[in-house]
Order: sequence, then structure tokens, then C-alpha cells
Amino acid sequence: MRAYYSTRHVLDRAFSGLGYGSVALMALALVALLGPIIGKGLGAYWFRGTVEFRLFVLERFHRGNAKKIGIEHREAMRAREPFWAVLRAFEAEMESDSALRRRVGKDYHRFQSHIRELLGPIPGDSPPLLMRQQYGQTRWDRALVKRHQALHIEEWDYGDGTGMGVRVWKPRRLLYAGTALEPAFDLLENHLEAMLRPRWTWYGRFLTDESFDAHFFGGIWAEMLGTLCLTVFAMLVATPIGVLSAIYLSEYAPEGKLIHLLRLFINTLAGVPSIVFGLFGMAFFIHALNVTPSKSVLAGSFTLALLVLPTLIRASEEAIRAVPQAYREAAFSLGASRWHTVATILLPAALPGILTGTVISLGRAAGETAPIIFTAAVSMGEPLRWGRLLTAPTPALPWNLYNLCTEHAAVDEIRHVQFGMALTLVALVLLLNMAGIFLRARVSRQLKV
Amino acid sequence: MSEENPHVKAREFSVLYRDRPAVKKVTLSIVRGAVTAIIGPSGCGKSTLLRAVNRMNDLIPGCRTEGELLLDGENIYAPGIDVVALRRRIGMVFQKPNPFPKSIFDNVAYGPRLHGRLTRQELAERVEQSLRRAALWEEVSDRLHTNALGLSGGQQQRLCIARALAVEPEMLLMDEPTSALDPRATTRIEDLIAELRGSYTILIVTHNMQQAARVSDYTAFLYEGDLIEFGPTRDLFTRPREKQTEDYLTGRFG
Ligand SMILES: Nc1ncnc2c1ncn2[C@@H]1O[C@H](COP(=O)(O)OP(=O)(O)OP(=O)(O)O)[C@@H](O)[C@H]1O
Ligand SMILES: [Mg+2]
Repeated sequence: MRAYYSTRHVLDRAFSGLGYGSVALMALALVALLGPIIGKGLGAYWFRGTVEFRLFVLERFHRGNAKKIGIEHREAMRAREPFWAVLRAFEAEMESDSALRRRVGKDYHRFQSHIRELLGPIPGDSPPLLMRQQYGQTRWDRALVKRHQALHIEEWDYGDGTGMGVRVWKPRRLLYAGTALEPAFDLLENHLEAMLRPRWTWYGRFLTDESFDAHFFGGIWAEMLGTLCLTVFAMLVATPIGVLSAIYLSEYAPEGKLIHLLRLFINTLAGVPSIVFGLFGMAFFIHALNVTPSKSVLAGSFTLALLVLPTLIRASEEAIRAVPQAYREAAFSLGASRWHTVATILLPAALPGILTGTVISLGRAAGETAPIIFTAAVSMGEPLRWGRLLTAPTPALPWNLYNLCTEHAAVDEIRHVQFGMALTLVALVLLLNMAGIFLRARVSRQLKV
Repeated sequence: MSEENPHVKAREFSVLYRDRPAVKKVTLSIVRGAVTAIIGPSGCGKSTLLRAVNRMNDLIPGCRTEGELLLDGENIYAPGIDVVALRRRIGMVFQKPNPFPKSIFDNVAYGPRLHGRLTRQELAERVEQSLRRAALWEEVSDRLHTNALGLSGGQQQRLCIARALAVEPEMLLMDEPTSALDPRATTRIEDLIAELRGSYTILIVTHNMQQAARVSDYTAFLYEGDLIEFGPTRDLFTRPREKQTEDYLTGRFG
């Protein structure tokens, strides 16, 4: 019983408590992080799409049943007719009542632009330039936000004297009480569904559709393809170099000061911040070697390859070293040369470990932002084309995710794209990891019984 | 078994690990086709001497030799010797069974594939013949393409013998081949050695004096790197010439 209170026991319990605590904290952080990414990210793929969405897909991508969508569109247009009639009546009223025009003319303009964002061009408008002005809201969740803006006037209340305004939404209909516009608010409130016809939509092509009008429409194909190309080429460059270096270090290198120093360099390189790799990549590959005159997939891939090389070398070297010495001796005693032993015995036996290193590097290369900022990534750009797969710059998921969240003109309007990109990136890395684990398990099973 | 034409002859042969001698000026002749046992207390240099014969010590940094070690009259430490060709003539079996993590067939075929251009048919024949010689064929003929690591320890060791035999060596080096095996598997290996005797020159290191007495024609007794006594097994065991040998055989040290 006394031992129960001994210092050692208390310390022991404290440590295991800390252990459990930190594991629980990790799990919590993971849930807190992945929850929104998955929840909101799925919203890019699965949402209530309006008739405007179907119309857009039909007109830009030529997908969908033209006849059915045509009918649906006409029905929606018919449902909007009473609303347009109210607007026309109110405009006629303003025409004859200049006091009214002075009182609400400015606000009516604002109201109109909200309506244009919600439903698309108002009949009689001249054809708009931007694609985002040619269609109404394609997503029902965004439509509800726009409706709220149309139904309310945003005001700031500075009443509490702190100088910090509080936003209040005032019903817009109060401003138009007694005018011909009044029924418009009821129509918006009660009949918007008929005007936009929302329906649950699975938009799997988000992954493979090009984007339009600065990501207001379409998918993330350019970013997807860019990340895939960068990652694949980076690994194609890094894996052979990494494995060959590991073979040299573990099987050929004479133990000595020089090799010791080399290992030290490699380990230090693994800890260098990725932005430094980015700058180095630009200075070395673009300015010094001039692999391409400016940013390109090639320069980016080389930089990423450099970034993952230390990890790759270390993992591979450890895997090769871990192969039992008995295998080497057996091979040598049978008259195998060093290289033959490496090729036929060591590499196959070390393959699971090498694969693990490759997969970890793959995930890292896919997700890194800093190394590609100066070497490969552009905010807006065409998807890569076959002929210029390597020499062109490209959008890429990590960089454009950052870009869309911070530098886009309408950050709030495209939240679903941001979360969709985040989800896709996470899923991509997860998928690559799973593939690696699966492959590793298969290879290991073949090596064991 | 002529003693005039030894298969291997050591002349004032020493092996040093970073200038520390592990085998000191050993001179002895190994008779062609006979089984020669090397016995001695732990750390006396048995493995070192054995591994010198197929130059496995080359793999150890800082290890070098002095004197001569002749295989068929040719010094295997002379400059210009093709080590790969040398190892091809001398098979080796290790203390712990060490089959590759490959199929039984691929294990046995590893050596032949390295060296010769055999047709598929010839390769299959070579594998079967080697497995038969190692007395393993009956047990594995129906699962040649399963992983070798699924065999029992004794089977694995016989597989390693088959793997060495498949290269068609003249000589087999065995470093305590039964110390990791149970008595039944040990008996099978000893029977096998008896069968291989005559066709191959066999050099076997053993800790087990009964085993040396059972399987070998000649015995060398090493002590702290020195060759104390070497001669026909029967003579060495029944009337040892040296005091140290007698002490060791009667278990007074070791
Ligand atoms: N790789 C090595 N580097 C340095 N010294 C070594 C090495 N291998 C063996 N030695 C030394 O050489 C001597 C002989 O070793 P060896 O392995 O030949 O003995 P052994 O007779 O086979 O012993 P055991 O019966 O325990 O296997 C020992 O003193 C050992 O410490
Ligand atoms: Mg030994």
C-alpha cells in the first residue's frame, strides 16, 4: 500500500497520464482539423445545385439532357415572370414619382445588383461581360446568402460608443412599404425555390472540370493536374537518385571522415526550411542552369526532388542496412558480385522500407507550397497540355489553395472551392499513402512466409 | 585420398584483424575428398580460418592475411585472383540457416543463374539434382515455388547445402552447420555429410567433439590462433600427442 504513494509510482502515473492526454489531444486536433475539411470540402462535390448550375454545365461543358434542362429552364423563367412584373411596375411608379425616386433610387440600384447576382441578368439588361454576371447562383446555399442580402439592408450600429460598429440587418421591405415593390419581397421569400429549382447534385467532375471566371464556376482540374505532374516528376527524379545514393552509402562507401561528413550534410539538408529550397531552386535551376527561362513544372519538380531526397536517402539506407548480413554472406559465398547482391538480394529485401520512404516523400512533395512558389506555381493558368507538360508553369493545389483564400477578389464567394481543394489535397495524399501501405504489405508478405 | 596432392594447403598462414592475429602461422594440408573438422574453444580462430579459404574475410574492413593459402597449388591470396571464380569453386554453409526470402526453387537456382547460361530445362534438372543430393527433394518437390522461409530449421539448412551444391563446387565449408538445429535435424545433416564425403572436400567447424569424431576423417585442433595438433581423427581422439589437446578433449577447458 505504501508503494502506491511512492514518488516513483506517482511519477509513473503522471507520465502515463501525460501520454494518454497528448494522444487524446492529437485525436481531438485531428477531428477538429479534418471535420470541417471533410464536411465543407464535400460541399464542393455534393450540394444543392440550381437550374443555373445545370444550364452552365450544359452550355460550357455540353453535358446533361439538353431537352430536359431546356424545359426546366423555361419553367424557372416562367416562375420568375411575376417577380420581373413587380420590378417593372415599381420602375414605372418611380418614373412618375420623383420624390420616391430621390428617396429609394440609390437603394433600388443596390437591390437590383443583388437580384442580378441571385437570378442572373434582369430582362432588358444588355448582355453582361463576365461569366459570373451571365448566370444566377448555381448553388442553393449561396443563393440563400444572396437572398438574405437582397431582403435586408446592412447597417452599422455605433451606439455603444466604443467606436466598434455592430452589424445589423434591417428588413429592406420597410423602406419600400406602400410602394409597388412590396410584393417582390414576398415572392423572394416564398417562391425562390420555383425560380431556381434547387436539387441535390453530385458534381464528381469538380475534380476534372476546368475552372471558369476565376473559380466562380467549374472545378479544379488545372490544379489537380499540376500537383500530379509536379509530384510524379519529382519522384521520378528523386527515387533513383535516392536509392542509388543509399546503396552507395550502405554498401560501397568506405567508413571514414568524408562519408561521415556526407551523412551529416544529408541529415542537415532534411531539416532545411522548404522556403530555402524554393529560393535555391529558383536561383539554381532557373537562373544558373536555365532549365527553363522561367517557372516550369521541370524546375518545380527538381526543387521538390531536392527537398525529399534526404528523407528518401535516409529511409532507403536504413532499409538496406536492415537486411540481415547473412543474406549478403550467402550471396557472396555463391559467387555473386557486390552489384549483383544489391540487385538480386538487398533491393528486393529492402523494398518495403524503400517504399515507405517513397510514399512519405510523395505525400510531402504533393503538399509542399514554398518550394514551388518561385519555381513552378502560378495563380491562374491553363491546365497543362501534353506537348508542354514539363516546360510550362502550372497552378497546383497547395499554392492555389493559399492563393484562393487570401488573394482572390471574392474570397467569400468561393469558400466551397477552397474547402473542395483542401479536401482533394488531403484525400490525394491519403490515397497515395494508402497505396504505399498496401503495396508495402503485399511486398512484405511475399518476403515472409 | 592421397596426402601428396592436398586440395588446400596452408603455409605459415596468418589472418589479422587490424594487426591483431586471429590465426597464427598455420601450416596444414587438407586432403581431397575427405572430411576435415576444425575444433577448439570459442574465439580460437576456427571461423576465421574457415572463412579465409573462400576469402569471405575480404568483406571485413581491416582484415588481412600473411603467408600462403594454396588451392590446388595456387595461392588464392596472390594478386589477380578472381574472387568470384574462387567462391564458385567453394561452397559455404553457415551456422544459422540463411535461405534467401525467395522460393525454394529460386534459392537453389540462385548460383546457377549467376554463373551459367542454363536452359530452363537444365536449370530445373540442376535444382532437382541438388535438392536430391541434399536429401531434401522428397520433402519439398511438391512445393518448390513456396517461400523457403516456411521450411523448418533443419530443412532450411539442407536447402542451404543444396544451394551451395547447385554451383557444383569442389569443396564445402561448413561453419557449425548444426549448432542451431535440434538432435534429429542434426543427425540428418551428419548423415548427409557422410553421403557427400568422397565427392566433395569438406571442411567443417564444430563445437561438438562427438560430431567431429562421428563425421570427420581428419581433425585440426586450434587454440588461440595456433594450430596445436592436426591428424587423422581416430589418432587425435584416442592418442593425442599434445597435452593441450588432451585437456580440451577431456573437457578440462573449452
Ligand atoms: N570482424 C572481426 N573484427 C575483429 N576481430 C574479430 C572479428 N571476427 C573475429 N574476431 C576475433 O578473432 C578471433 C577469432 O574469432 P573467430 O570468430 O574466428 O573464433 P571462433 O573460433 O570461430 O569462435 P566461435 O567458436 O565462438 O565461433 C576472436 O578473438 C575474435 O574476437
Ligand atoms: Mg565461429
